Amino acid sequence: MENQKCKGMQDLLPEDMLRFRRIEDVFRTCCRNWGYHEVRTPTLEYLHLFTATGTLTPSMLSKVYSFLDWDGWSGERVVLRPDGTIPVARLYIDNLSGQELARLFYVTNIFAFEGTGKENRERWQCGAEFFGGTKFAPDVEIILLAKEVIHRLGLSNVGLQLSHAGLVKALLKEYKLSPGDEAKMTNRILEGNWQALTKMRSTNPEIDRLMAALLGLKGKSSSFLHNVRASFPKASQDFKSSLEDFLNIATLLDKLGCSYEIDIAAIHGFEYYTGICFQFLAAEKKIGGGGRYDKLVPLMNGEDTSACGFALYVDPIMQLLPLEKEKKSESGILVQGKELTPETAKTCFAVAESLRDAGYSAELGFTGREESDYRWVVLVSGKEPSPFTLTDCIQRRPRYIGASMAELLKVVSEG
Amino acid sequence: MKDYQVDCIKLALPKGRFLSPTANLLAQIDLGFQDYSDKTKQYRLRSTRFPSLAAKILQEKDISIQVAVGNYDLGICGLDWIEEFLVKYPAGALVKISSLNYGEGSVHVVASAEAGITSLDELSAKRNDYRIVTEYPNLAETLALNLRMRRFRIFPVWGAAEAYPPENADLAVLWGKSGAYIAKQGLIPLKKLLPVTAFLVANRESLENKDLSQIVACFSSKLIAEPQTSIENELDSSEELKELTPSWQAKEINLALPDGHQQAPAAQFWKRTGLVLQGYSAEVSIRRPSTELDWLGIKVIRPQDMPLQVANGNFDLAITGEDWLREHLCRFPASPVKKLFALGFGTVKIVAAVSQEMPVANIDELRSFVQSGKLTPLKVASEYINIADKYLRDNHITPYKLIPTWGASEAFLPEDADMLIDNVQTGTTLKQHKLKIMDVLFRSSACLIANKDSLASSDKKDKMEFLSQKLRAGLR
Repeated sequence: MENQKCKGMQDLLPEDMLRFRRIEDVFRTCCRNWGYHEVRTPTLEYLHLFTATGTLTPSMLSKVYSFLDWDGWSGERVVLRPDGTIPVARLYIDNLSGQELARLFYVTNIFAFEGTGKENRERWQCGAEFFGGTKFAPDVEIILLAKEVIHRLGLSNVGLQLSHAGLVKALLKEYKLSPGDEAKMTNRILEGNWQALTKMRSTNPEIDRLMAALLGLKGKSSSFLHNVRASFPKASQDFKSSLEDFLNIATLLDKLGCSYEIDIAAIHGFEYYTGICFQFLAAEKKIGGGGRYDKLVPLMNGEDTSACGFALYVDPIMQLLPLEKEKKSESGILVQGKELTPETAKTCFAVAESLRDAGYSAELGFTGREESDYRWVVLVSGKEPSPFTLTDCIQRRPRYIGASMAELLKVVSEG
Repeated sequence: MKDYQVDCIKLALPKGRFLSPTANLLAQIDLGFQDYSDKTKQYRLRSTRFPSLAAKILQEKDISIQVAVGNYDLGICGLDWIEEFLVKYPAGALVKISSLNYGEGSVHVVASAEAGITSLDELSAKRNDYRIVTEYPNLAETLALNLRMRRFRIFPVWGAAEAYPPENADLAVLWGKSGAYIAKQGLIPLKKLLPVTAFLVANRESLENKDLSQIVACFSSKLIAEPQTSIENELDSSEELKELTPSWQAKEINLALPDGHQQAPAAQFWKRTGLVLQGYSAEVSIRRPSTELDWLGIKVIRPQDMPLQVANGNFDLAITGEDWLREHLCRFPASPVKKLFALGFGTVKIVAAVSQEMPVANIDELRSFVQSGKLTPLKVASEYINIADKYLRDNHITPYKLIPTWGASEAFLPEDADMLIDNVQTGTTLKQHKLKIMDVLFRSSACLIANKDSLASSDKKDKMEFLSQKLRAGLR
């Protein structure tokens, strides 16, 4: 039979949802423990939120799902949310900008067209955003929160790469390009095309040397950044102040025992980052990323508010998580009639309801289910004086035959 | 029985602006299509030289889509329509083979003289909400996104984009013969986006799997003998041009009158109202005719575009067809546009028609026919894409696919579509093409439409009432 699913969309089957909910549950628990509050933004947003310089790159914008709504005769286009952070920034500006600090988190889907139809066009992410606060402590907080989620999910061999958007922008300025060419080069870098920059020669050989050092070396501690600072004393003021910010974050991470790799090229995708950028990699897949975006809120007509955040990408993480089957065999009870008559069906529903009221998971069996999936099976014959037979599926023997629901519950509770 | 064999090579040839030069080229390379001329009444042609080569004459705008979806292996159309398609579907199945060395003008980005814009760079910096009117919505959107315009709205139009600035648009992306030609219309040319040359295009899969070599070689032989020429027109950014300002004054009430087929009967109708109107008759057409009423501004635009323009408040009143009003309301059900009264001319029927050979007599039989799996999906060609969509949904036809057309939907049946939803006056054309009417959706004639907010406005309602009374007087 022909598959009727839309190209690029995915169904999440029960096993997928077990993984999905596990990620979501761990993420929610961690965020709440760190003092973050859950928010949810609408699926539709206005296109213009995403079009200004400093939001999404033209390449990302060419993949958004945009259309005119049923009342869109004014020409105002709406989009299926193409990004998690910008809508949350919009939510913050509209509703919470009076707060000095706002720690927010969300679980959401985002939509971006993908040409082959083989990759997902709808993707899920768990994100957290920190609005307000002073620099570098919130940056470290979001990195550690993301790391805690990854750790609690049991993912191993996850690498953390750090870069700094301010540093990259300061370097780019040194090439003295026209505004148009600089914008094009920024787009290329954000698409991961660093070769375009390395092919270009700066008028200052010092800059070429600095760029070669930053792209060729991968630091493992703040010492690397100290070395960069010492090697290039003539760098611009913008470069130095970004480097200082980077150093503060790296030093604090060192002190907290958080390992990382400094890779200047570990910045791509989002134009709104202004400071630290980071990404998490597992099995060569990017499973999350984030950074500081101090200009986004004012750009969207909000007050001058510093902000940072991250998102973990649910789809690649789901592929890395081992499947944990629902453990019905620990507590689940199957209630089934010996034969399906209105009388036995009625008793089955009543027994299952009593079990659920007592806090057990009770499933009605209408077809031959595998009894091994359950802890107990209650067979309802409907005949007095012993309408129930209770079977212990672990010890594989009948445990109770009787007429009283209270007695049945007692046996179940005693295990 | 379909006319086309599966293994034949299918070529889509353009109507309109490129018909004559394309016919010349085909004659020079001896492709065997002697009947391809502006006098031809038929859509389907067979090559007298290559037995496996067949051609169909289509609206140029339809050709890139038809080649991309694989209904045609090769096609000839303007670079503007090719790029309009490719910019939206870059990984699509349309491949440019070669420029054919003829064409005219370019697609330009132009600004209204009133908008105070002299260069594209200014568009990125300003926080304005720019209104962009265009026949090329995909090219316009890509331009706006690449320029990082903070806020913009695109108004796709069927034509007459040059008529909209300055009152109804700040920018336009439109075809123009040259910068000077554009400046004459009171617009400032900002950038030439692409030259409009005719191109030979191919379907990617056909190019990869089918032997098209004989046909492509015919084109190549001519193109090699005659090296590529530039058809660039003169540059258009002289300061002189930028100083041109159209004479324009805001009016209290704005009325849109139709161009095209509706112009002559609308002008005839207007005569009967007793109001003086200069520059609008069967013979004379300017975009801004004038009347004796100093508070009335009049523009001549496409009737297809009027309901949306009235909804936006760009016009308070317009003379359009009931068909285009209904098309608009199917897309935007809560739109603030209403019909005031029918004007009694331009009467047509909007019908659903199928091939005479299709064994269905009505929509119920068609539903069963589609459900039986004999047509999966039902392909429906229509100019009225929203009316067609609603009609098919309401009648529970599933599955179906819509093929938007730019007129002459009958050319699509039976090879490229199974059904059409289009307007007919007598039904003769349908019969000539061996089609039968299966259902009449509704009857449509010209009507006066109004913006509901304007009607309720204390500043406007008296003048609108006056004007509609005058127009009522024109009813026979």
